Amino acid sequence: MSDLLALAGNQNCGKTTLFNCLTGSNQHVGNFPGVTVEKKEGPIKGHKDMILVDLPGIYSLSPYTSEEVVTRDFILKEHPKAVINIVDATNIERNLYLSLQLMELGIPMVIALNMMDEVRASGNSIDVELLSAHLGVPVIPISAGKNEGISDLLDAVTETVRHPKPPARMDFCRGEVHKAIHSIAHIIEDQAKTSGYPLRFAATKLVEGDELMIKALHLTSDQKHILNHMVENMEKALDMDREAALADMRYTFIEEICRDCVVKHRETREQVRSEKIDRLLTHKYLGIPIFLGIMLLIFWLTFSVLGAPLQDLLDNWIGVGTDWLEGVLVSAGTSEWVRSLLIDGVCAGVGSVLSFLPIIVLLFFFLSLLEDSGYMARVAFVMDKMLRKIGLSGRSFVPMLIGFGCSVPAIMATRTLSSDRDRKMTIVLTPFMSCSAKLPIYGMITMAFFPKQGGIVMFALYVLGMVVAILSGLLLKSTIFKGNPVPFVMELPSYRMPALRGVLMLMWEKAKDFIRKAFTIIFVAAIVIWFLQSFDWSLNWVEDSTDSILASIGSVIAPLFIPLGFDDWRASTALITGLTAKESVVSTLTVLTGAASDAQLSAVLHTIFTPVSSISFLAFTVLYMPCVAAFAATKRELGSLRAAVATAAYQTSVAYIAAFVIFQFGQLFFG
Amino acid sequence: MTLDQVKPGYGGIITAVGGEGALRHRLLDMGLTPKTHVMVRKVAPMGDPIELYLRSYVLTIRREDAAKIQLKEVSPV
Ligand SMILES: Nc1nc2c(ncn2[C@@H]2O[C@H](COP(=O)(O)OP(=O)(O)OP(=O)(O)O)[C@@H](O)[C@H]2O)c(=O)[nH]1
Ligand SMILES: [Mg+2]
Repeated sequence: MSDLLALAGNQNCGKTTLFNCLTGSNQHVGNFPGVTVEKKEGPIKGHKDMILVDLPGIYSLSPYTSEEVVTRDFILKEHPKAVINIVDATNIERNLYLSLQLMELGIPMVIALNMMDEVRASGNSIDVELLSAHLGVPVIPISAGKNEGISDLLDAVTETVRHPKPPARMDFCRGEVHKAIHSIAHIIEDQAKTSGYPLRFAATKLVEGDELMIKALHLTSDQKHILNHMVENMEKALDMDREAALADMRYTFIEEICRDCVVKHRETREQVRSEKIDRLLTHKYLGIPIFLGIMLLIFWLTFSVLGAPLQDLLDNWIGVGTDWLEGVLVSAGTSEWVRSLLIDGVCAGVGSVLSFLPIIVLLFFFLSLLEDSGYMARVAFVMDKMLRKIGLSGRSFVPMLIGFGCSVPAIMATRTLSSDRDRKMTIVLTPFMSCSAKLPIYGMITMAFFPKQGGIVMFALYVLGMVVAILSGLLLKSTIFKGNPVPFVMELPSYRMPALRGVLMLMWEKAKDFIRKAFTIIFVAAIVIWFLQSFDWSLNWVEDSTDSILASIGSVIAPLFIPLGFDDWRASTALITGLTAKESVVSTLTVLTGAASDAQLSAVLHTIFTPVSSISFLAFTVLYMPCVAAFAATKRELGSLRAAVATAAYQTSVAYIAAFVIFQFGQLFFG
Repeated sequence: MTLDQVKPGYGGIITAVGGEGALRHRLLDMGLTPKTHVMVRKVAPMGDPIELYLRSYVLTIRREDAAKIQLKEVSPV
């Protein structure tokens, strides 16, 4: 039997960094509160019998958002052998607030005092032994980011697992609160035992007025009566209501021990630096222009300065590789259909997508810099007011930014939103943010139709996505998602230097994902498409693909798109295969045109689209329902297939309408 | 005086935290408890939310929620 160990702590205190350190994993770390939204587990390196569980960050055991419930439930219901409570030493008072509540659970606990590097560098110090004596649990100073103190921590943890004992101290209260908690503990002892809640925790929660606890314990009406009576007495004596009284009790205790143990001369260097940086980045007038400037800079660097040359380079290599393969196949005397399958199917299909690898990795690189530096939290701060106009909060901006990379993690990131309504609405709107998988489509079409104005067209497409999201937000807010905007309470972490290793790991992961996708989904799709367009229903090889199986299927749906300006069966087929992965739109069109060079591809594309209809086609691809992976994420997060289907239908209808309007107006002016 | 009326650069001591439900609980959990010193550091570019400094960390909340927090002894920090 292996032992479960829970990692618990405030948001952004370094839990995942420590988790990666101890288990050798590569979970996503970011300088933003609420990066981890699911629990993740892994065995500790060198101690295979200890399973560590990384949990979403929480500020107290009264959960507030859906990911915080995960943590409370895990600690209360899975009965971990011990809790490793990470405390951000630069922000010790607020972090200990959770520690006190964890101690009430009576689970063996070790406190890892993290970010000690920042505390030390600023000339401040913390008396760790004294802190440990006050709290009655081992306290180990560490710096997860710098890999310091990890072995000491591990020793303390192994010791605790071997000789588990509950925290020596669970009582931090005195006076009236003390009286109330103890009397209540007395009368609910049996119920707490049968329902499996730690007694002390249950009593505190009852004094606090926690509805969940009142239900869980099945209090009799007599007990409820006594409870209310005692709480009223306490409130009267303290001149404070129950919630404030308990928070005050904990913070008062914390302030006392901090006065004893913490020597703080000044703010940490990081805090001082952050204030200076923010003078500029969240400046009253410059804040928004700077944000827009940063986004433009990122897109410019990604697409033209760095991305374009790299992409050309990769394109050349792929071309050389394809030619080489063709040479080998010819000299080996393979039959024509094998050559066609490998060259026109696989190489053309996969190759057309693969060349976008550098651009996509670059985009993720910049997004991760935004997150790791701490700027993402400022974006939420700056944009909150604007998002409130469409009924959301600044926090919703973060999933949307991540959506420029990929909708799947973006949809999952909505878990940090505190209201159900915000979550649902953000899930519906996020896919309108043009994801990186759509880039190859824009690249292909603009190259054929707007070789000179490619950048402008691409920019316009991103803007289109955002404008549609805003309009949709307004629409949804006044129809399905009525209600008041939710509060926005968020910590702004200090700016930090992004950890090179983490950023590189993330890029590597994204590159791997992309290559895997190219050689699985897109590879298979390309072969299937090649097959369907090379044979007719009686499996005879066709010279002209208009006689093929695919053509006859595609022609059935093609008329649907006549109002949008493209009725060619190849366009509609591409849109459908695009549902497997958006890059498939490109590989499908490439295979279907049978083009061997870019020039040839352009020529064929000109027979499928006019310049105006190419734009309406692009608009449709920006907005229509996301790929199956994102659809599955939508279903998971909304918790219902019906809601997910409705969402996809909504997105596709919006796309249809937008493309229709664009085409019809375009016809008027340019047609 | 309520927290939303405090000018950037000024701070004071909390006397009461109003409001109700989950939000109030959250504010208390985040350390906005009576007797705590809190300073307003900044107002967001569009005038809302505001940035607070308390217990050695930076927190942002909206004006309408800040209006529920009472302060005394407001002075420049
Ligand atoms: N200076 C310093 N920074 C650290 C240390 N440990 C973690 N960090 C940084 O703190 C930030 C947050 O780290 P995470 O590990 O993502 O924090 P978390 O607790 O998992 O956060 P959530 O999942 O959002 O709750 C990152 O920017 C880390 O690089 C440390 O010991 N010293
Ligand atoms: Mg984490």
